Amino acid sequence: MVFAVVAGFILSTIIPLIHRIVPRISGLIFSILPATLFIFFASKIPQVVAHNTITQSYNWIPSLGINLSFTLDGLSLFFALLITGFGLFIFLYANSYLKGHKYFDRFFIYLYLFMSSMLGLVLSENLISMFVFWELTSLTSYLLIGFYNESETSRKNALQAMLVTVFGGLAMMAGIILTGIVTGSYQFSELLNSSDIIKEHAWYTPALLLLLIGAFTKSAQFPFHFWLPNAMAAPAPVSAYLHSTTMVKAGIYLLARISPIFGNTPEWQTILTTVGGITMLTGALLAIQYTDLKKILAYTTISALGIMVFLIGIGTILAIQAAMVFLLAHALYKGTLFLVTGNIDHETGTREVNELSGLSKKMPYTAYAAMLAAMSMAGVLPFFGFIAKEILYEAAIHFSAGNILIIAAVFLTGAIFCALAIEIGYAIFFGRPKETPKKAHEAPKLMLGGPMLFATLGLIGGLFAEFLIQPLLGSSAKVVLNVEHVLKLSLWHGFTLVLGLSLATILVGYLLYRVRFRIRYIAKKIQPAYKYGPAAGYQKLIPGLLSVATAQTRFFQNGNLRNYISTIVGFFSVLIIATVFIKQLNFDIWNRLTSISDIRIYEAVIIALIVIAFYVIVTSKSRLTTLVSLGVLGYGIAIIFLFYGAPDVAMTQFLIETLTVVLFVLILHRLPSFIIKHKFSGWGYLVLSVVFGMVMTYLLLLVTDHPVQSELRSFFAQNSYPLGKGKNVVNVILVDFRQLDTMGEIAVLGIAAIGIYAMFKVKHNEEIK
Amino acid sequence: MKTPILQTVIRLLMPLFFLFSLYLLFRGHNEPGGGFIGGLIASIAFVFHAMVFDSRVTIRVFRLNPMRLIAFGLSIALLSAFIALLFGDPFTTGIWADFYLPIIGRPGTPVLFDVGVFVLVIGIVTQITFTMSTL
Repeated sequence: MVFAVVAGFILSTIIPLIHRIVPRISGLIFSILPATLFIFFASKIPQVVAHNTITQSYNWIPSLGINLSFTLDGLSLFFALLITGFGLFIFLYANSYLKGHKYFDRFFIYLYLFMSSMLGLVLSENLISMFVFWELTSLTSYLLIGFYNESETSRKNALQAMLVTVFGGLAMMAGIILTGIVTGSYQFSELLNSSDIIKEHAWYTPALLLLLIGAFTKSAQFPFHFWLPNAMAAPAPVSAYLHSTTMVKAGIYLLARISPIFGNTPEWQTILTTVGGITMLTGALLAIQYTDLKKILAYTTISALGIMVFLIGIGTILAIQAAMVFLLAHALYKGTLFLVTGNIDHETGTREVNELSGLSKKMPYTAYAAMLAAMSMAGVLPFFGFIAKEILYEAAIHFSAGNILIIAAVFLTGAIFCALAIEIGYAIFFGRPKETPKKAHEAPKLMLGGPMLFATLGLIGGLFAEFLIQPLLGSSAKVVLNVEHVLKLSLWHGFTLVLGLSLATILVGYLLYRVRFRIRYIAKKIQPAYKYGPAAGYQKLIPGLLSVATAQTRFFQNGNLRNYISTIVGFFSVLIIATVFIKQLNFDIWNRLTSISDIRIYEAVIIALIVIAFYVIVTSKSRLTTLVSLGVLGYGIAIIFLFYGAPDVAMTQFLIETLTVVLFVLILHRLPSFIIKHKFSGWGYLVLSVVFGMVMTYLLLLVTDHPVQSELRSFFAQNSYPLGKGKNVVNVILVDFRQLDTMGEIAVLGIAAIGIYAMFKVKHNEEIK
Repeated sequence: MKTPILQTVIRLLMPLFFLFSLYLLFRGHNEPGGGFIGGLIASIAFVFHAMVFDSRVTIRVFRLNPMRLIAFGLSIALLSAFIALLFGDPFTTGIWADFYLPIIGRPGTPVLFDVGVFVLVIGIVTQITFTMSTL
């Protein structure tokens, strides 16, 4: 199972190579991975439905309780199938949609990385490793949304999506750590048993709130919903994959996963039903105001995510079942509709519903997919969407306990869905054809396969729900509920209140469809008020943050090196002197100074050399002399290191000194003339440096006078060979004992090199212009 | 600084520089040396070459792509940390082979990590030098 997650990460590295060798069929080759993974996961269905969870665990940082463990239970299998199944057809679709694009291979790298991160997210059994994958999905979605990187909106919106979700991710991390502290474990399986401990702990509410912020930002819940419509700047397959079927459902997944641990408390129920309810209604009300197909779909997606949060918040057996059923139904029809929109956009050049009409003659297969998906969205018998709507109403009615407001909200949302479904599935395909920017014709085969299949599945799923979908969804809901239950899906329940509501929804939906132009006309008038909404808050927050950062940077980093050094040195000296005085850190300084008697002659020579070099540096009027003297000074220090038994440090120092001098010589002619502009007199610097020198000397003597009781030195000395298989302790520490630190350091070095490159080259290119 | 004497000397010294850098790299685990120092020596060779020939020549002759070296070095280092997982040990555990190879000594993931550092350091130093010298 771990290979299922890792495969994408590894194979993504050879994508450019494959694309270079066989550019014509590379897209099809890339689609083999999701196909294989889908078959792999599908083969596990019988085992999982029989309630056998499959777990694989690898030690990551066992000392911190962080493991790379993966588990396959009903819930994660359900999501894994969604991810790989949709993935396969999205891959095929993208293969056609982006045919000939110059970053074709890059797109597939991103998709591979995203798919693997998403699989990692839903299969992780450990909260921390889940968090890592969670952040990876945010990063990869940034790359995918910003795929059209020449467009500024595209870049901006990608950044917005990332900032919002990463902000949520950070909050979630805090929540995870709080949970870990309270329970002492990060494993879901162990957390399940400590559910009561968490709920009774004082940190329950903060931990819950932090986790919820993570889930709400990811799943675009109010007031964080605004990033999702903007993320529609992405290519159509990305919108269909990330923003309707998989990534935005990660938040729902998290809620479902932690529901047996955190759920069933008044806080949980209140927050989730309120936020979910508001999102559901806001999304639907916004959706009907827009005429851009992608916007409409984005807002209905937000609304649908709200419904799922709402249902998980209710938390009854029926509600959780409804959430799972609705999730699948939504994925099927919304994925189809996004791809249909992609087809329309690709072949006609517009996404405005007002400009589209009578497309069914020219795009019959697309029309077929759109109609079927729209009927599922509207909740028409016998589509799977109908079952989902029925069970949703049932759960809502049970929960509302007669509260008419809740019923009304759910009903209105359903009606708006229905109205928009009629518009997408009927209005743009029938009636008198209109002129479109591009001459409309049917999309290529690969772009039809996915939508037609998903749309048909929405019908078959409805007709044979009992056999096809019931077992897996039942087992999935069992994980969320953590109790035995029976999921019974059927199309016909008899003449009940729910059926009445269902029919009424379609009726009201049709009426709304008829008056949609008037609604949009009125909406135009109230839209100026939106500038006080959460999106505007973000728009104000980011420039504000940037200007604070700029002011701060200007203040501390004014570009004057002398300023930096004197600030650092002065501040350091003040801190040390204050500490020494307050803590009364004294020692017999006279005794120490007089005891330094056994200075050897060569040591004295080196010291003398350093002092002379130093004097030359300070007084020299030529840059070259200064440089060479700096080299001499550095070499002198390196030799001192050598005397005192640090050959590695000495060697590095020698090399760095050499490199510095050579580097300076290389760019010497580019530097401005050698004039020292003193901000305050040379004496000020002199005093400062003498004080700093004295402070450092005092500090060093003080430190050596009070040897620190540390077992590190003896540990490393003793274990370097037996554990690290090396006699050079410094090297063993660097590459073995503290390998992770070294990894961080070399990564920083790499970033610094890129930064230097960017700084010099960008400036250089600007000068050329 | 295009003097024939220096150019000839550098051209003759290049192989020596590289040999010495490799020597330092592989002996690093037991004696003073290691990936960082070895990488610095190798990059000093390139920097000297660039100084007497011009960095564009250096890039062409050695087909250097510093950015790729950086990425490659980082990938090797990262890979070496993941190998332990295959053996069921925690991330970054040192895994050692049971045999010895000539020159390299006993192969193990820390050695591989050091090789990554070696490559990365070459990439970084040449990147910085070439960026600055081809302004």
